Amino acid sequence: MNYQEILAQYADKPGGMIEAFHAIQEKLNYLPQEVIIEAARVFDKPVAQAFGVATFYSMFSTQPRGKYVIRICESAPCHVAGAAEVVAALEQELGISMGESTADGLFTLEFTECVGQCQATPVITINGAPYLDVTPARVAGIIMACK
Amino acid sequence: MINVTIDGIKASVPDGSTILQAAKDVGISIPSLCYHPDQSVKANCRVCVCEVEGNRLLQAACSQPVYEGMVIKTRTPKVIEARKTILELILSHHPQDCLNCIRNENCELQSLAAEYFVRSNPFELKVRGLPKDLSTPSLFRDPDKCVLCRRCIEACTVVQTVNALGLEGRGSHAMVVPSLGLDLIDSPCIMCGQCIHACPVGAIGEVEDIDKLLAAIADPETIVVTQIAPAVRLALSEEIGMDTGALPMEVFVAGLKQIGFDHVLHTNFTADLTILEEGNELLKRLTSGGTLPMFTSCSPGWINFCETFYPDLLDNLSTCKSPQQMFGSLVKTYWADKMGIAPKNIFSVSIMPCVAKKYEAARPEMTASGYRDVDIVLTTREIGRLFRMSGLDFTKLPPQPFSPWMGEYTGAAVIFGATGGVMEAALRTVYEVVMEETLEDVNFTIARGFEGIKEAAVDLKGTVVKVAIAHGLSHARKLMDQVRAGESPYHFIEIMACPGGCVGGGGQPITKANFKRIERLDAIYIEDEAMPIRKSHENAEVKKIYEDFLHEPLGHKSHELLHTHYHAKHKRFL
Repeated sequence: MNYQEILAQYADKPGGMIEAFHAIQEKLNYLPQEVIIEAARVFDKPVAQAFGVATFYSMFSTQPRGKYVIRICESAPCHVAGAAEVVAALEQELGISMGESTADGLFTLEFTECVGQCQATPVITINGAPYLDVTPARVAGIIMACK
Repeated sequence: MINVTIDGIKASVPDGSTILQAAKDVGISIPSLCYHPDQSVKANCRVCVCEVEGNRLLQAACSQPVYEGMVIKTRTPKVIEARKTILELILSHHPQDCLNCIRNENCELQSLAAEYFVRSNPFELKVRGLPKDLSTPSLFRDPDKCVLCRRCIEACTVVQTVNALGLEGRGSHAMVVPSLGLDLIDSPCIMCGQCIHACPVGAIGEVEDIDKLLAAIADPETIVVTQIAPAVRLALSEEIGMDTGALPMEVFVAGLKQIGFDHVLHTNFTADLTILEEGNELLKRLTSGGTLPMFTSCSPGWINFCETFYPDLLDNLSTCKSPQQMFGSLVKTYWADKMGIAPKNIFSVSIMPCVAKKYEAARPEMTASGYRDVDIVLTTREIGRLFRMSGLDFTKLPPQPFSPWMGEYTGAAVIFGATGGVMEAALRTVYEVVMEETLEDVNFTIARGFEGIKEAAVDLKGTVVKVAIAHGLSHARKLMDQVRAGESPYHFIEIMACPGGCVGGGGQPITKANFKRIERLDAIYIEDEAMPIRKSHENAEVKKIYEDFLHEPLGHKSHELLHTHYHAKHKRFL
């Protein structure tokens, strides 16, 4: 199903733009410009507003992302538990900085707010799945398992 | 009414008042930044916080409605400390280059920092380092200076329904951006500049052309000729410390001569000429089955809007160039010839209440004279800066006359600067042309005032001509949608992009509220009333140009020099 068909599915739903964006991002990993322009047309909103929606929610990205989106919680409990060291390990393992994607298109590193798993900090998520009690030492193994 | 106590003063204020409004009623001004008297409440800057008895937390005065028995304290030590901290936090993200800023000494944040004696900032300065947007010839954006009040967004989306500006991101990452985060020129922006008036700081401003003027004045070969738009004089007074409308026209001329302009002429001359051309165009359309309703074409922000959002209605636009561009093509042909000046030596400057005029002057088709018809456009604000720099005392400057051939004008031209003015001026002339009798009372007061949409019907020898007037593009859109649906009852529609018409133009002195626009409207009609001649077709220099040069309205020469065509903008998105 292409993005036009997905948008059409949600066109009549109140607040359907957000759901359509989720469904499209599921396929494309991000929301390209033409998707935002077309969504504005389908939902009869100015493009500036559709862009506002696409950038307001941290779950959406308007930049191309890797196949695996790794998000590190930057909220206080993870911070106290050593999220910074996990960030450093991930950056070193993948050779990219936070917010960037690897050249092979496999990995993207992003920050996220609390994902509600504070019983086992630091927490990362990979394509939405949580990994608990992450330590720098575990990072290489987690990455390898993805590949 | 609701009884409240503000700083110990007991007052009875209207139901639904906010603390800010109630305090104003009793003579207490609460500082604000994101608050705008003509816009919705935003309550995002928090500068207006006050103490309310019984509330642990400070309340935002702009959004908190009063209730019976409310006891408000607007300047306790706690309040002052909170406001000062809020200012320091805003300033910690704001470039510290007030001296170089276009809004220096006219900035709401700067004023607040002065009022709250912010001398040093405990917070580390963190400026984002975002690039300036210099993509349009009319406006620039300097996003680092943005304080995220969102007033520009409301001006763009609600007042003008252009939707060029919006938000990107959220929280501390939020930014005001043109659509999709692109440059302004790639957005649907129509360059009206209403965002400039809305901005409390220097995050949006006009592209300045003062240096180009000074270079032309410095060149002995160049003859610097200027035209002044109808709405400029009365508002310029505000820029030089006078009351609205107080600067006499001939003293304005004298000031321009002092600065080094060789000849001062008037856009009002071509405003009168526009009425002859546009009035006849309307009559022709009415009698020969032309496209109706006809839209006025004086406002370049409106032209951009029509080309962007209503490209299917371009045939409805009058083919008349705006008075600025008519002037531009005539000054390097007719006037140059009359004065015996080589057109290549003429530097044609136009003084406008408008930033969209800068874009209009740069349109590739505006070269009917064989040269660029209008070399540069300076806004009222830029002339204000020049005058302040000049050190002139306008109470002592002896008046000077306009140069000949294109300086005479009537009251009908004067009112071009007001919403409804072009319509009223046109009716004064069309009435006399059609009825072949003298119009005794020239005041079509039905065309005046600040209502968003005005309408009228005029009986011309049994033909009832229905007209409508809109200012501010949200109002224009309603009339346009009617036309698009084939349901418009009108024959002639005047549209001005900016609220109030040119008096509220994007190049006028920073206009914080609509009441200022209304004050300027009043000044316009006082000027019209005082004019000895108030009908465009009685302008002697206009009669002369038809005798000597143009021969007839809508004639061959007119088509060559005074009329134009429009192009759909084909924006990639809206």
